[in-house]
Amino acid sequence: MSYLAHNTQHVPTGLRKIWYINWPLVMLISAVASAGFLMLYSVAGGSTSPWMEPQVKRFGLGMVLMFIVAMVPIWFWRNMAFVAYAVSIILLLGVEFFGEVRMGAQRWIDLKFMVLQPSELTKITVVMFIAAYYDWLPLEKTSRPLWVALPVIFILVPTMLVLKQPDLGTSLLLLFGGATVMFLAGVHWAYFATVVGAGVGAIVAVFESRGTSWQLLKDYQYRRIDTFIDPSNDPLGAGYHITQAKIALGSGGWTGRGFMQGTQSRLNFLPEKHTDFIFTTLAEEFGFVGASTLLLLYLLIVVFCIVSALGNRDRFAALLTLGIAMTFFLFFAVNMSMVMGLAPVVGVPLPLVSYGGSAMLVLLVAFGLVQSAHVHRPR
Amino acid sequence: MKRQPKDIIASSRTISRRALVLGTSQIALMAVLGWRMRSMQVEHADEFRLLAEENRINIRLLPPARGLVFDRNGIAIADNEQNYRVVMVREDAGDVGEVLARLTEIVDIAPEDLSRAMEEMQRRSPFVPVTIAERLTWEDVAKINLNTPALPGISAEVGQSRVYPWGADLAHVVGYVGPVSDYDLSRIDDQDPLLQIPKFQIGKTGAENKLEHTLRGSAGHRRIEVNAVGRVMRELDRQEGDAGKDVQLTIDNRLQTYAQARLDGESAGVVVIDLEHGDLRAIASAPSFDPNLFVRGISVADWEGLNADKYRPLAAKAVQGTYPPGSTFKMITALAAMEDGVVTADETVYCPGHTDVYGIRFHCWKRGGHGNINLHDSLKQSCDCYYYEISQRVGIDKMAAMARKLGLGTKHDLPLSAVASGLAPDKEWKSSVRGEDWRIGDTVNASIGQGYVLASPLQLAIMTARIATGHEITPRLVRLIDGVEQPSGRGESLGLNENTLRRIRAAMTDVCNNRRGTAYGSRILAEGYEMAGKSGTSQVRRITPEERAAGVTRNEDLPWERRDHALFVSYAPLDNPRYAVAVIVEHGGGGSSAAAPIARDVILQALYGGAPPLDAYPASQRDKIDQQQRRIEARIPMGAKSQSRA
Repeated sequence: MSYLAHNTQHVPTGLRKIWYINWPLVMLISAVASAGFLMLYSVAGGSTSPWMEPQVKRFGLGMVLMFIVAMVPIWFWRNMAFVAYAVSIILLLGVEFFGEVRMGAQRWIDLKFMVLQPSELTKITVVMFIAAYYDWLPLEKTSRPLWVALPVIFILVPTMLVLKQPDLGTSLLLLFGGATVMFLAGVHWAYFATVVGAGVGAIVAVFESRGTSWQLLKDYQYRRIDTFIDPSNDPLGAGYHITQAKIALGSGGWTGRGFMQGTQSRLNFLPEKHTDFIFTTLAEEFGFVGASTLLLLYLLIVVFCIVSALGNRDRFAALLTLGIAMTFFLFFAVNMSMVMGLAPVVGVPLPLVSYGGSAMLVLLVAFGLVQSAHVHRPR
Repeated sequence: MKRQPKDIIASSRTISRRALVLGTSQIALMAVLGWRMRSMQVEHADEFRLLAEENRINIRLLPPARGLVFDRNGIAIADNEQNYRVVMVREDAGDVGEVLARLTEIVDIAPEDLSRAMEEMQRRSPFVPVTIAERLTWEDVAKINLNTPALPGISAEVGQSRVYPWGADLAHVVGYVGPVSDYDLSRIDDQDPLLQIPKFQIGKTGAENKLEHTLRGSAGHRRIEVNAVGRVMRELDRQEGDAGKDVQLTIDNRLQTYAQARLDGESAGVVVIDLEHGDLRAIASAPSFDPNLFVRGISVADWEGLNADKYRPLAAKAVQGTYPPGSTFKMITALAAMEDGVVTADETVYCPGHTDVYGIRFHCWKRGGHGNINLHDSLKQSCDCYYYEISQRVGIDKMAAMARKLGLGTKHDLPLSAVASGLAPDKEWKSSVRGEDWRIGDTVNASIGQGYVLASPLQLAIMTARIATGHEITPRLVRLIDGVEQPSGRGESLGLNENTLRRIRAAMTDVCNNRRGTAYGSRILAEGYEMAGKSGTSQVRRITPEERAAGVTRNEDLPWERRDHALFVSYAPLDNPRYAVAVIVEHGGGGSSAAAPIARDVILQALYGGAPPLDAYPASQRDKIDQQQRRIEARIPMGAKSQSRA
């Protein structure tokens, strides 16, 4: 009998598991999602349609899925990790060949009852699979080059597929999510240092070569990068959105302009106000108080996940929980940096708040995994 | 797989350590986000709030209603009328082409208006109302409103536009308005934001132009909230502007209309000034034009027609035209000489029909000469030699000073376009402007209002008014602004010798009332209304000695442009005069035959406040006058018709 099997004898069974669910985390998630409902109601001009109502339904469905996933023992999910990963790769390939083109990108696959965005699913399955990989891998092999190369490939394959859609934001999340799990699993510092160093070197080389005889990119590509980094160079084109977003956010002040009183969103100055830029509406209408409260709720979710992981001696469970927490963190950190003008606009939604079915469902399933790890932790 | 407890502890330890590293960096990153949020929302909130307001709030100007212009009896001569226009909102119309087709079935719309509107609608956002046609009749508006269900997106709107009910009769006085042009903007230094409104109407000529600031009023504004594509969401607030001030002119519309009608067919001008306040009762110039053409945007054909007309309808001859005053200047020469004491009233000068000055022969109009002639008879019979003589005694500078004293050679301050300053020449003028010395011949020419002397009918009317009253009468065109009476034009005494003036007036009385007076044919018989005056005939060509020897060609045989100008100045009644009149008939021939009857008819109209009784005229002329009255009566309602058309 394995150590795990021995210890899981004390794991609760049946409906009693409900008592062992991490309820504060459920509360936090519900609170953030409710803030989302409120904002979707507001940006629709005080109406539950077209965004709030479907979002509430999806959240309900997602919560049911979360509880189902939480009830299933974590080792089942560990065994399913490879299958999940394989399925998501197949779906990504399916998108590549049969996907629907919307808004200039090929991201969606029509499952008849809902339109699925496989790249969303991939965010979780990659983390899951890498966590399972390190759970399987003997500790002493963790930093051996060959055993490091393997998960790098596992990460890069879906990353490249997503990048091709093209969806820069999601591919970055995949890359960082996977790398986080590798880092947590104990892969030697030197690997990360090398990659970071090489990346920085490449970027410096690209910029340093500009205007010289060995210029690495074409001029128009540089111009595109310029706009990408600093959209204010192009105030009527790409810069328009970010400028308007910053105006909305800044004009909120301490307490905001009041619920449904945000002029920037109500008068359509804000782009994508129900999806990627929903945070600016919240910041405009509820001000610094509202925006920092949301930031605090996110922080608490991350902290609860980390605390849960630190108390979990099961390697897969801990890695998975931390990986999901990190992915979740990257989600909102990138989104917020983006709308505040700290990072280029890469198209990452605000988790649990932005309108969108796949992201909502996948995130809740991910939190289901976190709950499963929490409920079934070795005692 | 199996894992040793040692491994599990090692694994947990690594994960914990690294999770703490990650957790710390996460919190650090969130601190950055929080700091950034604070910086934007707390420290720079005001700047962003301002930007947000600039985004959403547009300020639209509300043009004020333009002030109206009335005549002295309160009759509107520049009015604002409701201008109905039909506008279309593309997004409400559905099938634009079909709706427009239906609209053209209901009301007449010019094809070019239609295509312009179509083009504009394609260019503008779908929610912007585009004007399809303007100046619809009330019936058209009613038809459109009745068919509203079949005309989605179409609506009738009402605005204001300027209308001149009396059309051509007051065109030269009141002028006209038109849309502000780039040329206007470059020419006038005016920061009024109203001028930035496309097609904003400003005064272009006449009183409309000169009283622009009084009539225009000030802009109101409304603040509106717009969304990202510029659609108006709601009005936040509105502040009405101040309407322009109403102006009452001194013009008597009835008299003005009569004068215009009386001048019909001539190229002529008349000024009637009252002697109480210097009020200009009528300033008629013929031919005239319809100012309403300009408000609506004059067509090229109309514009070219006006410019090509040799009678120059666009020129306000009464105030803008300058002419050699001819014999009407003789009062000035006489006054200058009498005031200077170089001649007495009873002194006679011999007129042989010509005067030789340093070898140049100056002719009197009467070839045989007048014989011995004194001041009184020289004016009555308009002897030229008398003035050739006395002008040499008094000198040009004193004559010019007297001319200026009586209102010639100076620009009178009136709110009209192009008020002529005329010319009262003197030695200094000739040397500084022409660079030549003054010659005695110039003085001789000037003495009978020829040569360099130039005066407008307005100036001649003022001259007559001053002679009639002995006071400094200055013309007044604006009686009330916003109900406030403007200063009277009756000034102080001119300080001329009253005895001398009386002599001049007596001579002018005989011009019209003595059988030997030049304008005896244009006398007024009605007791207490008799007129005094002076005729003038000014040459526009030089009569050569050869022509004179062969016999001077009669005016009637010359082409129009070479005929003499006919002038007449007069005042009435004789004692206690009330009105002074000056008439110019361009190339009209003799002053007493062409201009004097007009002066008499106009002054009678002014004195009676309407048509005078026929027995005010000499019995022999009554039939002719009666016909003329009827003809003019038939024409005057034309002005009233234009009002009903408006």
